Amino acid sequence: MKTMRSLKTLFAALLLAPTLAFAAGAALHLDKAPDVSGDKAALQNGAKLFVNYCLNCHGASALRYNKLLDLGLTEQQIKDNLMFTTDKIGEQMKVAIRPEDAKKWFGAAPPDLSLIARARASADGSGADWLYTYLRSFYRDDKRPTGWNNVVFANVGMPHILYELQGEQVLGPDHKLTLAVPGQLSPAEYDTQIRDLVGFLVWMGEPTSGLRKQLGVAVLLFLGVLFVLAYLLKKEYWKDIH
Amino acid sequence: MANTNFEKYKSDGSLPGNLLEWVDARFPATAMWKGHLSEYYAPKNFNFWYFFGSLALLVLVIQIVTGIFLVMHYKPDASLNAAGIPVAFASVEYIMRDVPWGWLVRYMHSTGASAFFIVVYLHMFRGLLYGSYRQPRELIWVFGVLIFLCLMAEAFFGYLLPWGQMSFWGAQVIVNLFGAIPLIGEPLSIWVRGDFVIGDATLNRFFSFHVIAIPLVLIGLIAAHILALHEVGSNNPDGVEIKKKKDENGIPLDGIPFHPYYTVKDIVGVVVFLMVFSLVVFFAPEGGGYFLEYNNFFPADPLKTPPHIAPVWYFTPYYSVLRAMVWNFFGLDAKFWGVVGMGASVVVFAFLPWLDRSPVKSIRYRGPIFKSFLTAFVICFFILGYLGTQAPSYWGEKVSQVCTVIYFAFFLLMPWYSKIDKYKPEPERVTWK
Amino acid sequence: MSKEGKMDCGRRRLIVATAAVGGAGALAVLVPFVSTMLPSERAKAAGAPVEVDISKLEPGQMVTVEWRGKPVWIINRTQAMLDTLPQLDGEVADPQSDRKQQPEYCKNEHRSIKPEILVTVGICTHLGCSPTSKFKPGVDEGMTPDWKGGFLCPCHGSTFDLAGRVFKAKPAPTNLEIPPHMYLSDTRILIGEDKKGA
Repeated sequence: MKTMRSLKTLFAALLLAPTLAFAAGAALHLDKAPDVSGDKAALQNGAKLFVNYCLNCHGASALRYNKLLDLGLTEQQIKDNLMFTTDKIGEQMKVAIRPEDAKKWFGAAPPDLSLIARARASADGSGADWLYTYLRSFYRDDKRPTGWNNVVFANVGMPHILYELQGEQVLGPDHKLTLAVPGQLSPAEYDTQIRDLVGFLVWMGEPTSGLRKQLGVAVLLFLGVLFVLAYLLKKEYWKDIH
Repeated sequence: MANTNFEKYKSDGSLPGNLLEWVDARFPATAMWKGHLSEYYAPKNFNFWYFFGSLALLVLVIQIVTGIFLVMHYKPDASLNAAGIPVAFASVEYIMRDVPWGWLVRYMHSTGASAFFIVVYLHMFRGLLYGSYRQPRELIWVFGVLIFLCLMAEAFFGYLLPWGQMSFWGAQVIVNLFGAIPLIGEPLSIWVRGDFVIGDATLNRFFSFHVIAIPLVLIGLIAAHILALHEVGSNNPDGVEIKKKKDENGIPLDGIPFHPYYTVKDIVGVVVFLMVFSLVVFFAPEGGGYFLEYNNFFPADPLKTPPHIAPVWYFTPYYSVLRAMVWNFFGLDAKFWGVVGMGASVVVFAFLPWLDRSPVKSIRYRGPIFKSFLTAFVICFFILGYLGTQAPSYWGEKVSQVCTVIYFAFFLLMPWYSKIDKYKPEPERVTWK
Repeated sequence: MSKEGKMDCGRRRLIVATAAVGGAGALAVLVPFVSTMLPSERAKAAGAPVEVDISKLEPGQMVTVEWRGKPVWIINRTQAMLDTLPQLDGEVADPQSDRKQQPEYCKNEHRSIKPEILVTVGICTHLGCSPTSKFKPGVDEGMTPDWKGGFLCPCHGSTFDLAGRVFKAKPAPTNLEIPPHMYLSDTRILIGEDKKGA
C-alpha cells in the first residue's frame, strides 16, 4: 500500500510538470485579427493594397493572377488595376526586382509572402493575428538604419511602408505606442485597411481553403450515411454470435 | 492458421467456376482466402482496441496511394528557382495550388503520417494491455517493433522533402546525432548527408529512401507480421488461448471466421476512422501546428535556425529521453549517452516477451503492481512527449530525467515485479457478454 | 452461424446497400486522384492563347510563334501564291478540307479567315516532324519542276501546298492542323482562342 501511495504522489507531481515547463516561455501579446474570409470587398481591397505597397519588394510566387478571379474580380479588372509585372493572367505574382539585386540592396532578400500567414502562426496566436499586430506596431527609432523599429519584430529590416497612411508612432517608456504624427487615415481607418490586407494575405496562404471546408461537410455527411449502413450490417451478422 | 490442407476448388460447371478451378490448380487462391479470411478463426471477444491493426493497414494503403500521386509532381531539388525559392519547397506549393486536387492528396498524405503513428501507438498499447507479445507471439511482436522502426525512418526521411525550415533543421539535428558515436561519428554523418551540411545530395537520397527503400522493407515486414499472426492465431482481451478448446471439427469453440464477422466489424471501424481523418484533412490540416509545423511554411534557410526546433510530435518522447541525458559516463560525453538512451527507448520494446514473467497475459487478471507500472509508463510517455515539443528549461530537464527513469524501470524491472505481483486466475474460456 | 446457401432478405439488402454506398464513395475518391494527372495551372498558363502582331509581316513572308510548345506558322500569302491553290485541287488528298483539321470558319479554299493570312500548326500530321518551307516554285529549292510552292517534311518526304493541304500518295494522312484563332484587330491575332467576348 505504501508503494501505491508514493506512486500516486509521483503521478501528481508529474501531471503538474507541464504547467511548470510552460511558464518558462514568455508569450507575445497579439491583437486578434478580424476575420474577413467571407467578405469579397475587403479581400479585393486587400489585394489592391498588397499590389500597391508590398509587391514592389515582396513576391507572391505561388499565386497566379488568374486566381484573383476567385475574389470576384474580372479578368479585365485584374489586368487594368493589379498586373504591373507581367501581361499574362496565368503568370505568378513575381516581384519586379531580381532576388540577387534585392539581396544587394536590402542585405537580405525580402521574403516571398505566399505563405507568410501560415508561417507566422505560433502558440501566441494565428498568423493573421501576428501580421495584424505587426503591421500596426511600427514606431520611430533613430538607432535603426531605416529609422523604424517594430514591437512585434525587434530590429526589423523593413521600414514602415504604410507610414503615410498611419502616421508616426513612438514607443513610450511604459512600452506603449502612441501616435506622434497623424497620417492620412484615422487610427480606425488604418486598422480597417490592415484588416483587409491581412485578410488577403491569409486568403493567399491557401486559396482553396473555402472549397476544402465545403467539401469536408459533404464528405462527413456521406460518411455518416455509410456509418449507419455499416453499423446495421455489423449488427445483422453479429446476431449469429452467441 | 496452421491448417494449410484446404481442398482445391471444384467447379460447379459455370464459367467463373471453371476459371477458379483452373486458377486453383495453379495458385493457392482458395487456400489463401480460407486460411487468412473465411476460415481464419479469431476469438469472438475482440474489443475496441482490436480495430487498430486493420486501421494501420488502411493508413498504409492511403500513404502508398497518395504518395504515388505526389511523386508525379514533387521535385527533390534544393536549388533556387527564378523567384529565389528552393525548387523542392516550391513544388510542394505547386501541388497545393496548381495541380488539380493536389491539395487534397497532399493533406491526406501529411495527415496520414500522423494518423499512422496514432494508430500504431494504440495498436502497440493494445499489445501491452493484453500481453499480445507473450509466448507464442514473440516473433509477431519483434516484427512489429521492426515495423515501428521502419515507420520512424520513413517519417524522418519524408519530413525532409518539403524542404521547409523544420525539415532542414530537424534533419540537421538528427544527422548530427551520428557524430556522437566515438571515432567514426563525424565521417559517418558526412557520409549520411553526402555533404558537409544538409544539401541537395541529402535531399535526393532521403527521397530515394522515402519512396523506394523503406516502403519495400516495410511491406515485407508487414507480410511477415501478418503471416506470423495467422500461424499462431490472435490473442484476445482475456489472454487465453482459444485453440485449447476445440469442437469435433477442430474449430476453436470461441473462434469465429474472420470473414465475414470481423470484416463487417472492421468496416465500421474504418468508417469512424475516416470521419476523424476527414475532420483533420478538411478542417484542421495543420493539426494545430503539430501535424504541419508552422515554421515549415518558411523555405529551408541554412543560415538561419528557427528560434525553437522541435521534432514532429510522434518523435518527441524519444527526443526528451535524448535531452534528459546530461551526464558524462565512462569517459564518453553526454551527447553519446543521449543517443544511446534515445535508441534504447525504442529498441527496448523488442525485449518485452522475455522481460514479462507473469503467469497471466491480460491486464484483466494482473495485480496492482503491473497496473501501477503500466500507468506510470503511459503518463511518463505523455509527459516526455509534451516536454519534447517545448524549449529546454530547468524544470523540463529535471522532470524528463525522472520520467526517463520510470520509462526504463517499466521495462527493466519487469522480470522482478511481474513475478512477485498478485494475479487472478484466468478463465477457462474467453468471457463474452 | 448462418448455413451456406441460406441468406435472409434483410441481410442481402444491407450488403447491397453498404456495397453500393461504399462503392460510390470509392468512385468519388477516384475523381481527385485521376484529376491530378490533368494539365496543372502551370501547364494551362504555359498553354495560354498567344497574341501576335502581324503589322510588319510582308506579303510572301512567314513568322513562327510558339503555342503550347508547338510551332505555329503565320504566312502572309501573295495573290500569286493564292492563285496556285485551285490549280492543285486534283493533286491534294483532301481539297475541300472535309476532314476535321480546321475550325469551321477555316473550311474554305484558302483554309483561313482572311484569304491571304494562313495560320497553321507547323507539325507534320505523319509522325510529328516540323516541315520546312519551300515557297519558291520549281527546282530552285530542290523540288520537282512542277512544284508550285509549299512545305516539305524532311523526315519522310510528305509535301503540303500553300494552304497546308497534303499531296496525294504521301505518308502524311491529313492536312496540316489549323489552330483556333481570331483577329483582335486588323493586325493582331490571338492564337488558341476564338470566342473571346462572344
